[in-house]
Amino acid sequence: MSRNTQSVRSEKGIGDSWRTVKEFFEHFRKQSFAYPYVIWMGLFVVIPIILIGVYAFTSAEGTFTFGNFSGMIDYAPVFGRSLWLAFLATVMCLLIGYPVALAISRMSPKTQRIMLMLIMLPMWINFLLRTYAWMSILENTGLINRFFASVGVFDWINGLHAADLHYTPITHFQLINTSGAVVLGMVYNYLPFMILPIQSVIVKIDPFVIEAAEDLGANSRTVFRKIIFPLSLSGVISGITMVFVPAVSTFVISKLLSNGTVMLLGDLIEMQFTGAAYNPHLGSAISLIMMVIVIICMSVMSRFGEGEEQAVVM
Amino acid sequence: MAKELIRLVDCRKEFDGEVVLDSINLTIMDKEFLTLLGPSGCGKTTTLRIIGGFLKTDSGKVLFDGVKINDVPPHKRKINTVFQKYALFTHLNVFENIAFGLRIQRPRLSEEKITRRVHEVLELVALKGYEKRTVSQLSGGQQQRVAIARAVINKPQVLLLDEPLGALDLKLRKDMQRELKQIQKQVGITFIYVTHDQEEALTMSDTVVVMNKGEIQQIGTPLDIYNEPKNAFVADFIGESNIIDGVMVSDNVVRMYGRNFPCLDKGFAPNEPVDVVVRPEDIDIVPVSKGEMIGTVTEVTFKGMQYDIIVDFQGFKWLIQTTDHSPVGAKIGVKIDPDGFHIMKKSEYSGLYGDYSSYSAEYDELSADPEGVGQEDE
Repeated sequence: MSRNTQSVRSEKGIGDSWRTVKEFFEHFRKQSFAYPYVIWMGLFVVIPIILIGVYAFTSAEGTFTFGNFSGMIDYAPVFGRSLWLAFLATVMCLLIGYPVALAISRMSPKTQRIMLMLIMLPMWINFLLRTYAWMSILENTGLINRFFASVGVFDWINGLHAADLHYTPITHFQLINTSGAVVLGMVYNYLPFMILPIQSVIVKIDPFVIEAAEDLGANSRTVFRKIIFPLSLSGVISGITMVFVPAVSTFVISKLLSNGTVMLLGDLIEMQFTGAAYNPHLGSAISLIMMVIVIICMSVMSRFGEGEEQAVVM
Repeated sequence: MAKELIRLVDCRKEFDGEVVLDSINLTIMDKEFLTLLGPSGCGKTTTLRIIGGFLKTDSGKVLFDGVKINDVPPHKRKINTVFQKYALFTHLNVFENIAFGLRIQRPRLSEEKITRRVHEVLELVALKGYEKRTVSQLSGGQQQRVAIARAVINKPQVLLLDEPLGALDLKLRKDMQRELKQIQKQVGITFIYVTHDQEEALTMSDTVVVMNKGEIQQIGTPLDIYNEPKNAFVADFIGESNIIDGVMVSDNVVRMYGRNFPCLDKGFAPNEPVDVVVRPEDIDIVPVSKGEMIGTVTEVTFKGMQYDIIVDFQGFKWLIQTTDHSPVGAKIGVKIDPDGFHIMKKSEYSGLYGDYSSYSAEYDELSADPEGVGQEDE
């Protein structure tokens, strides 16, 4: 009897230690799935950020300095312009995207899938190609201007000023190489990132919650104002973040659609690394400041959506 | 109580060519507690949604206080709803959830008046002090109370409740049943209650409407429904019933198993085939020598208050509820008093219910049901 108990006990002991070893490997095995990504992040995200920090606070001679930041004041207009155009693009994306998201979320599930597909379809085409396409549309001899010329818009305008001796006849509207073109490019490229998170939040709203509001006396406007919009805020915040952040840092759109006439932060940074004005220290400092701006914007935004579940794209 | 409030006249509803409601005629009195009772898909929720204005009938009339309201949208009806899964506004706290109906009123109500009214209903549902809580901080029972408070704040004449206790556990359900009944008495309005739980219906209602396959099977007080079921469906759905083929020999005499039994029913044609209902609790077990019928016990289940025993009478299995234990295999005699019989005319449901051959299987089905409940809908 006592031997029996003993053997049971020792068995249990072995079992316990065996279990811990097993658990250890189990634990290790589960975690190990994350290692490739952790290594990737370390190599290509953390180290570069550290490098940016180091460069930003050193001079070309390698000594510590704040000079890169104080020199940045010359570029204040670029900061202002970048933030302003990104803000404009975000507002326009929201104004266009929200009604679209709302309309889509009211369609039948099948139509919804088709609509979302159509919205994502352009993303399958290379970003550069799409922006080049806009160039050929907006150019002075582009599609729009050619259309206006063919219907005689310019002749008509020139005709109006025929009596004016100082008047120079126009042959086109200046569409490309303007801030407007840049904002248009941003809105076009980033609109899906506004629509998708908002739509994904709205479809999840319990239809009975809407019925409950109607039941209590709310008409459709009140239902939207008091129920649907507040409940979709987390999607709006995701959308704003996902449009604003890439818009404030873009350089391709401004480069192609303004040919350098509208200089944004992205262009400025790019110039410091690849252009004639080679100065990675200044470029790093600007990048760092931009990161700070983006983080501030995002934390302010996420304050609005506090407590709400974060919207997931797709 | 005497005044008529809502009347459905020949209401019919189809979804994709499938008849969900077939000429429903129903009169609902002011201040009564009326329950629509039936299995999943019987049309009870559809009926409720038609009264609430969330669905339109294909044909037929809905009258409120004598006025046709078929085309009146939900927000213009003096009817409010407590939804199945509460449908609370998760972005608002308890106070604002309840105040919603007041806040959207035009002309605006004063803040003071809103606060006073919200506190009144919070007291009604015993949730004082919970104003600042968010919905997610509440238990299921508390969310239920908020849903009720929110629905009664506009002082509707009718409150619709769609399986409001479906998501609560048994103990809480029982408490809430009593409380709901109390709330109904306090606010003094009509409650129209939808449930698939027959016990709930019997406990709470003034009037029970038993529905199946889009048709009303029987309307009556809980007592009527239980004691005088109209057909085999009602007899089986409300409580337990043994339903046997019989012949009404003459007034007060029914024949089954080749033997005449005295009963209290009359008014049938001579020798009319009928369904005979005997409730399991109306059967007395007696020694074999004194038995009117003799059968063999095939199954015994201890239920706490009583034993459920299955007894084989010539191949037809009866359920008998008794406090005396009889072992499986024992031969027993039974005796049924004249008032233990209830005679029903033959109906489309004859022969479908009332045999306990597959008793245990039926129990499994019953216990599995709560998962399936609430899936009813269209």
